[in-house]
Amino acid sequence: MRKVLAISLNTFRETVRDKILYTLLVFAFAMIGSAAILIRISVRAEVRILQDLGLTAISIIGVLMATFLGITLVYKEVDRRTIFTIISKPVHRYQFVLGKYLGLLTTLLVSVAAMALGLLLLSRALVSEWTWLLLPAVWLTYVELAVITALATLFSSFTTPALSATFTLSLFLIGRLSGDLVAFLAKASSAAVRAFALGTYYVLPNLHLFNGRGTVALGRFPDPRWVVGATAYGMLYIAFVLSAAVFIFQRRDFK
Amino acid sequence: MDPIIRIEGLTKDYRSGFWRRRVRVLRALSLDVQAGEVFGYLGPNGAGKTTTLKLLMGLIYPTAGRATILGRDTREVDMKAAVGFLPENPYFYDYLTGREFLDYYGRLFALPARVRRERVDRLLHEVGMAHAADLSLRKYSKGMLQRIGLAQALINDPDVVVLDEPMTGLDPLGRKEVRDLILRLKAAGKTIFFSTHIIPDVEVICDRVGIIFVGELVTVGPLETLLGTHLESVEITFSGLPPGDPGVPGGPWARPPVRTAGRTIVAVADQATGNATVRTLVERGATIHSVVPLRRTLEEEFVQQIEERRRAQGVGHLPEHLP
Repeated sequence: MRKVLAISLNTFRETVRDKILYTLLVFAFAMIGSAAILIRISVRAEVRILQDLGLTAISIIGVLMATFLGITLVYKEVDRRTIFTIISKPVHRYQFVLGKYLGLLTTLLVSVAAMALGLLLLSRALVSEWTWLLLPAVWLTYVELAVITALATLFSSFTTPALSATFTLSLFLIGRLSGDLVAFLAKASSAAVRAFALGTYYVLPNLHLFNGRGTVALGRFPDPRWVVGATAYGMLYIAFVLSAAVFIFQRRDFK
Repeated sequence: MDPIIRIEGLTKDYRSGFWRRRVRVLRALSLDVQAGEVFGYLGPNGAGKTTTLKLLMGLIYPTAGRATILGRDTREVDMKAAVGFLPENPYFYDYLTGREFLDYYGRLFALPARVRRERVDRLLHEVGMAHAADLSLRKYSKGMLQRIGLAQALINDPDVVVLDEPMTGLDPLGRKEVRDLILRLKAAGKTIFFSTHIIPDVEVICDRVGIIFVGELVTVGPLETLLGTHLESVEITFSGLPPGDPGVPGGPWARPPVRTAGRTIVAVADQATGNATVRTLVERGATIHSVVPLRRTLEEEFVQQIEERRRAQGVGHLPEHLP
């Protein structure tokens, strides 16, 4: 575990020294800040609009961070041949993949926490009380980002950043729509189409599970069973995707 | 005694091109490296040196055959705890400082913090990088990267050190320092296996040499055996034959005598003729400046072996395709 932590720490250092991270963070704060200004100057100050926009900003910026930092995660080590000095140490390949993944997850945790803190402070400034019900929604967004990071890590372990980005963002979009897609296909008369829909539903990430913004808009805490269930689903899905990444990475020759 | 590195029938094929044709880059390589030895692994570019080293370090998997280091299969990850490795043209994390970089590798060996601190300081000093310890690797020159690379290969105080072209990119002083470092490691009882195409370095520091060409081991053995003990010629430099002397005595000459800056250089084929020539010269009043027995150089041996192999196989530098 110490070796995994060492690789995580190095990956964390690498990503926090990456300019992409700060560009996206600045963009996120600009989005949240401008929403707050808009609400201040509007006739009816509706703090829930700020919270919804803020959560959407955290989600979008988080997905971009997870994707664009994740797609180069393993690829860069192989391309720059830094992998030679890591794999030649007593480090299992699964430890390397896991370390890279956890390192980026730490960076995302810090970034999401910073964005969420900004949003909480702005909400507090507007309504003079802490809006703690934002937190379960932020947590669910973070779990969603962890799933996307796992997908980016998987693609990064065998293909180029351009293809990894395409695959990851495609799966993200499909994952967000998978519930609707399945509901639509389930109405098909053909049993084969229905079976295909069900198979697809289980293989593709079911990302709409992580959307907690609806309950925030309604001004109430989400059902804890849902939060726990969605987290457990996310962790299982991540384990599945990372196992596939390790399976591929384990067989690779580093020429 | 069991060899420290044992390579048995190691073969590696790569898939290449659109049709994924198999290309054999290493052919049934077998060789042993003994404890405490400095083993030089020589070959032209593309011969299979780096492939061999990557197979040893588990970076690629063999198509056939196996290798062991310290009696353990190279596919066992824990085996690497006692091995240090420097890859060819190393690229490192340019966002880390020299100190952070070495500390990271120390962590990969799960070394305690105190040991890491002490070892990082010692190694930075040993490879002459103490002054750049807190500079980010982005600012390092190629030679500095090679030195810090050597330091990372030694962070675990390994019993076996595997170096891929460790002298590449270094100036003459840097090369000498690396040679001295290798000799210090040998004196400390380490076994060193290194690839190179810089032949003079091999002659100075290696106990044994292996020559590889197109994925095949051409020859292997101690330098003396490889180069032979027989003399190619004996070169005598002298001056001061009195005026009126009929000319240079002795012979037959291995090469025609050469006169330069008041001195004459003659070369004879064997030691006995050399001794006789020196005696005659001294009797006639000449001053002897040097008597140098000339042996075959490793470079000559290397070129001859490669040329012979090329002629025999009728191939150039490129590995042949398999059917």
